[in-house]
Amino acid sequence: MTEKKNWPLWEIFVRSKNGLEHRHFGSLHAADAEMAMENARDVYTRRNEGVSIWVVESKHITASNPEENGEFFEPAADKVYRHPTFYELPDELKHM
Amino acid sequence: MSEKEIKNLEQIFEAKIARDEKIEPKDWMPEKYRQTHIRQISQHAHSEIVGMLPEGNWITRAPSLRRKVALLAKVQDEAGHGLYLYSACETLGISRDELYEQLHSGKAKYSSIFNYPTLTWADMGAIGWLVDGAAIINQVPLCNTSFGPYARAMVRVCKEESFHQRQGYEIMLTLCNGTPEQKEMAQDALNRWWWPSLMMLGPTDDESVHTAQSMKWKLKRKTNDELRQQFIDQTVPQADILGITIPDPDLKWNEETGHYDFGPIDWDEFWQVVKGHGPCNKERISARVNAWNNGEWVRDAAMAYAEKQEAKKVEKAS
Repeated sequence: MTEKKNWPLWEIFVRSKNGLEHRHFGSLHAADAEMAMENARDVYTRRNEGVSIWVVESKHITASNPEENGEFFEPAADKVYRHPTFYELPDELKHM
Repeated sequence: MSEKEIKNLEQIFEAKIARDEKIEPKDWMPEKYRQTHIRQISQHAHSEIVGMLPEGNWITRAPSLRRKVALLAKVQDEAGHGLYLYSACETLGISRDELYEQLHSGKAKYSSIFNYPTLTWADMGAIGWLVDGAAIINQVPLCNTSFGPYARAMVRVCKEESFHQRQGYEIMLTLCNGTPEQKEMAQDALNRWWWPSLMMLGPTDDESVHTAQSMKWKLKRKTNDELRQQFIDQTVPQADILGITIPDPDLKWNEETGHYDFGPIDWDEFWQVVKGHGPCNKERISARVNAWNNGEWVRDAAMAYAEKQEAKKVEKAS
């Protein structure tokens, strides 16, 4: 018997209207990209929720590891000078 | 990991949930949290999928095109809800195949209400009104549950669910404003679906084994008894508008508590159905198993076609 092949998992991103970014909506199984696209339309946009869909096979996504969040995001933690509130300006100065 | 380290992680985890932070699939979680969520989310998904069967029974016999397209859309939504939930469940590290296998073998449960038969068209009304009504009461608090993918799926489900209940109630209303026979049909459906709908909200609090843990993890925000009372309080006035009678002689408004008092629920019946002895348990599961087995060649063919197309692409490129 040959090894049984299941439909791979796809991640679905939908732009709800022009001017907005594609947002992750969920995932689904499909044999190929074309089927993933049609299934995504039926599963995630039954009520006009989208004007554009991206499908990406889940295995192509590289994700950061939450267990390493500490070290990974640490470089941004001590750089308060990246925020406008770090700078002390006189109250008379408006709109800056 | 040592026991002490796990204890420490567990404390951090519980504190996170207590602060209303969400848990995402790759975050560390206690094994019991993972298993409980797999159980609950998959039961929920299975209920959506099996829930299509009693209504599917009436699609071809809907009394008008308007009713037919609405019922079709509702059943299609249920398929969609099942898919959102299966996907959410799979993020916990269980495969779709394993989930189906658990349903087909009887290891996993689904809502026992779908083991009752749909005998007349009025049952489509009663299901939308009562079963979806009870489901909404169960589901709304889950939009805030601690596991991110489940909560997000539930937001989508709840948005779509209110159409289901309204279409059901409209069917009841039309029948109740129709001929005496039609009104009788609506009353009969209410008689048969009322008690199973109350049971659908789960065993009483003193019998419910998972409540305490589930409340802590925000898988539950209210107890079964609280949800049931809420359902009764909101449904009685709706039955009054229809002009039909809820089949409970003990049902009466209690001025003191501000709630309806109601008669005893036949929990023996509930447990019989849960254990597989309801009127349609066998029929439901065999319909699922057949659909899965008979569809196998389609799934295989689609996969073979995809692989062939992929191979062609590679050949062209080289």
